Amino acid sequence: MKKQHLPVLSFFLLIGIVILFMANTSITEKIAASTTTLTTPLTNEIGDEPFDKMMAVLTHKRCVNCHPSGDRPRQGEDSHIHNFEVQRGIDNHGVAALRCESCHQHENNDFSGVPGAPEWSLAPIEMAWEGLSRVEIVQSMLNPANNGGRNLEQIVEHLTEHELVLWAWEPGIDAAGNPREKPPVSKEEYIKAVKEWAESGAIIPEE
Amino acid sequence: MKFTFNINGTSQTVDIDKNTPLLWVVRDVLNLKGTKFGCGKAACGACTLHVDGESVRSCSYPIHFVEGKNVRTIEGLADGDNLHPVQQAWMEEVVPQCGYCQPGFMMATAAMLEKIPNPTDDDIDANIVNVCRCATYYRMRKAIHRAAEIKNANS
Repeated sequence: MKKQHLPVLSFFLLIGIVILFMANTSITEKIAASTTTLTTPLTNEIGDEPFDKMMAVLTHKRCVNCHPSGDRPRQGEDSHIHNFEVQRGIDNHGVAALRCESCHQHENNDFSGVPGAPEWSLAPIEMAWEGLSRVEIVQSMLNPANNGGRNLEQIVEHLTEHELVLWAWEPGIDAAGNPREKPPVSKEEYIKAVKEWAESGAIIPEE
Repeated sequence: MKFTFNINGTSQTVDIDKNTPLLWVVRDVLNLKGTKFGCGKAACGACTLHVDGESVRSCSYPIHFVEGKNVRTIEGLADGDNLHPVQQAWMEEVVPQCGYCQPGFMMATAAMLEKIPNPTDDDIDANIVNVCRCATYYRMRKAIHRAAEIKNANS
């Protein structure tokens, strides 16, 4: 290579680096745009109050991914829109030939990495939590018009006994073999917190 | 463990680990090679078949869930010598290129037509989300509409 060509080559190399940087920035921005914050961000510290412990679970991605505000479930640790155009359908179990149960069975499948639990489905649109604050989520949860007509006792039962809810602590592994993240409060602590919060009047704090 | 189920109209009993994917049983135990392995994580749809009439990704369907149920694979789609409308339409429109993924598409389409006799393009987009590396989507869309015509004319 002739020495006089070096400045020209250096110029094109610089241009190439700039183009690659811009492309990478664009991809990063696209990923960021497809990964929205689902609820009020949690701090690392969880308060000692039962309400705080309960909400640390209910605002976790393992719960909110299937409580979307639209007709598309979310999935994964980054809560991206569910792949393959998966949709809610009229019964919250998907559409005619793409049902939830086309892929999700009653238990996790550690071979394929597909999660599963009994009654795997989206929460009804009335129970959309995506984008709501902690207070708004609980207000919705206590509203019989949104919660399927449940009273407080039935809400506690759903929150502490339903297998699909408790799946959050046994979320299995993904297709790459990575364990899914569990809620930041243990199942036992969470169940205790829900019951304590309900027994003390199911008070919604002002925030 | 032993599991008994009906496949393409015939009762079968297999003695196998309960977590074995249905796809493994269909292909390697029952020697029905029409259903294909694609991704192994319920993403591509090449392994789609029917369980009790519903479209299912068989690579992610443990065999113990199939106990007592009716399974239909691409080999059981035709009624004897009478091809299913989906098969007829696929031939008319010369859909396949390499053909590997086509049984999955055809089974998903057959399941959809049972519930949506006249699918719109939006219905097709929402229901048939399998993956075809040959990109035969355009011909498949035509074939799905044609299959609906044939099925409706027959019924």
